[in-house]
Amino acid sequence: MNLQSFLSMSGYGAYVWSCYGLTIAVLLWNVWSARRQLREAIVHARRRTEAQREDAARRGAGAGVPGEVRS
Amino acid sequence: MAAAGLGEAVRLVLARDLRLALRHWDQVIQPLIFFVIVTTLFPLAISPALEELRGIAPGVLWVAAMLSSLLALESLFRPDVEDGTMEQWVLSGQPLSVLLLAKTVTHWLLAGLPLVLMAPIVGTALGMPQSVWPVLAATLALGTGSLSVLGAIGAALTVSVRRGNVLLALLVLPLEMPVLIFGARAVDLAMQGEAVAGPLNLLAALLLLFVSLGPFAMSAAMRISVET
Amino acid sequence: MSSSSRSPLSDSQPNPRRSAASSEARPRVASRWLWFHKLGSPPYAYGLATKLRPWLMWSSLILMLIGAYGGLVLAPPDYQQKDAFRIIYVHVPAAIMSLQVYLAMAIAAAVGIIWRMKLAHAFAAACAPVGAWFTVAALATGSIYGKPMWGTWWEWDPRITSVLIQLFLYLGYMALRASFDDTQRADRASAVLAIVGVVNVPIVKYSVVWWNSLHQGPTISKLDTPSITLSMGWPLYTLVLAFMVYFAAVMCDRLRSEILKRERNASWLQENIARS
Repeated sequence: MNLQSFLSMSGYGAYVWSCYGLTIAVLLWNVWSARRQLREAIVHARRRTEAQREDAARRGAGAGVPGEVRS
Repeated sequence: MAAAGLGEAVRLVLARDLRLALRHWDQVIQPLIFFVIVTTLFPLAISPALEELRGIAPGVLWVAAMLSSLLALESLFRPDVEDGTMEQWVLSGQPLSVLLLAKTVTHWLLAGLPLVLMAPIVGTALGMPQSVWPVLAATLALGTGSLSVLGAIGAALTVSVRRGNVLLALLVLPLEMPVLIFGARAVDLAMQGEAVAGPLNLLAALLLLFVSLGPFAMSAAMRISVET
Repeated sequence: MSSSSRSPLSDSQPNPRRSAASSEARPRVASRWLWFHKLGSPPYAYGLATKLRPWLMWSSLILMLIGAYGGLVLAPPDYQQKDAFRIIYVHVPAAIMSLQVYLAMAIAAAVGIIWRMKLAHAFAAACAPVGAWFTVAALATGSIYGKPMWGTWWEWDPRITSVLIQLFLYLGYMALRASFDDTQRADRASAVLAIVGVVNVPIVKYSVVWWNSLHQGPTISKLDTPSITLSMGWPLYTLVLAFMVYFAAVMCDRLRSEILKRERNASWLQENIARS
């Protein structure tokens, strides 16, 4: 099979390749989107952990005011 | 002892809801007026010719019935949740699924049964022959029952969501599509003089399925919505 | 049979040092159920997902390349549809995954609500967007497939109609989730919806087939593939497998995100995150 016939797909090239392109785009999007959300979730979790540690340290050192609310 | 208590509770629920409905009958008839208005839209949108309308009449009536039933769901659970009655029910010893089924029955009596009675008249306005009235009434009677149950499940899920009316429609309409298919097509078959036992039986089977399993989903959903 | 004296969970920790004050319960379980309980433990699942993802991702890529080569190059053209039939190699796997993911989602949701497993809820939440995208891909490729074959961009045949309804079910699930601020309530409410939905799936499929048969008689669905020979078939099976492995790979990341959302104060998380 030569490149010409491969691309033209006996005349149906536009349909076949748009389907494959579309599917590949969806697959790539899901990989990228899942990774991005995971990275954000890790950043959030890290921030929360550090904030809680600071909070605990401050309270442990007796410097915290009872009833002080941390956002 | 518990069974006597439950029967009494169900009777009280039915009586209370129907009494409230009578007091606010203006609110009760609104979905019914909506039903008539929606069916009127189709001749305006398509054609005044009865021959053209006759073909789509079953579908139009059924879609209008679905939408009207949806609108009536808004007042099914929300008032009771808002004034704390539902919380009492959840905390009471009575099986919540039965109480919610009782409320669903009142929904059907107020929003489903009237449609069964009105549909033949509205159908005639769309060119439907009188011979089809029994089938139309039967399919709507069975179908609106399923619509009420499925709608009540959706209403229980969304009762605590602010402005959850459109969400309710999005959740409930796809679930109701089989009921629509069997109901509308049955009337269509009747108009063509064909046998309707198949879809009618399917409608009855669906109603049985939903009535037996639905209340459990309703009560699970209601507990989730009501707990703080 | 008594469990070992050390907690079954501690063997599986990526972090060997465990704080004494752990928020995880330490059940005494028969050792043959250990794997199940391990799997239900968020830290274990999190670690497993992290480790497995590269393997799954690469396997899926290799399978996809093999399948695509088989489908685009090796498989002979169809007698009637010529080369257009090659669309099935992306359309059918997407359609299969669309349904499979919904089933997995509903089962996970049921497990989550019956046995109160947070991890199962996390799994269900992670499934939804991926399944919805598979459904969109199946719809779009099905529509494009239809145009040269049967002349129209859309036909109300049973297969594509039930894919469309499947999409509505996914969207409703995700919309319901999004309408709750509290993750726990979102989990449980959407679990009820998923269970109701999955009970309806066979009903919907049957009704749609019946509805369509009234007009066409017992003809096959317009999206039916040409009769499949082995040389046409093996790339299809390969790609279906490839999509499943791909799904597992993407789920590794999505499940980790959902676990992080639900395990806010767990000490295993706090230790792990600070170090990673």
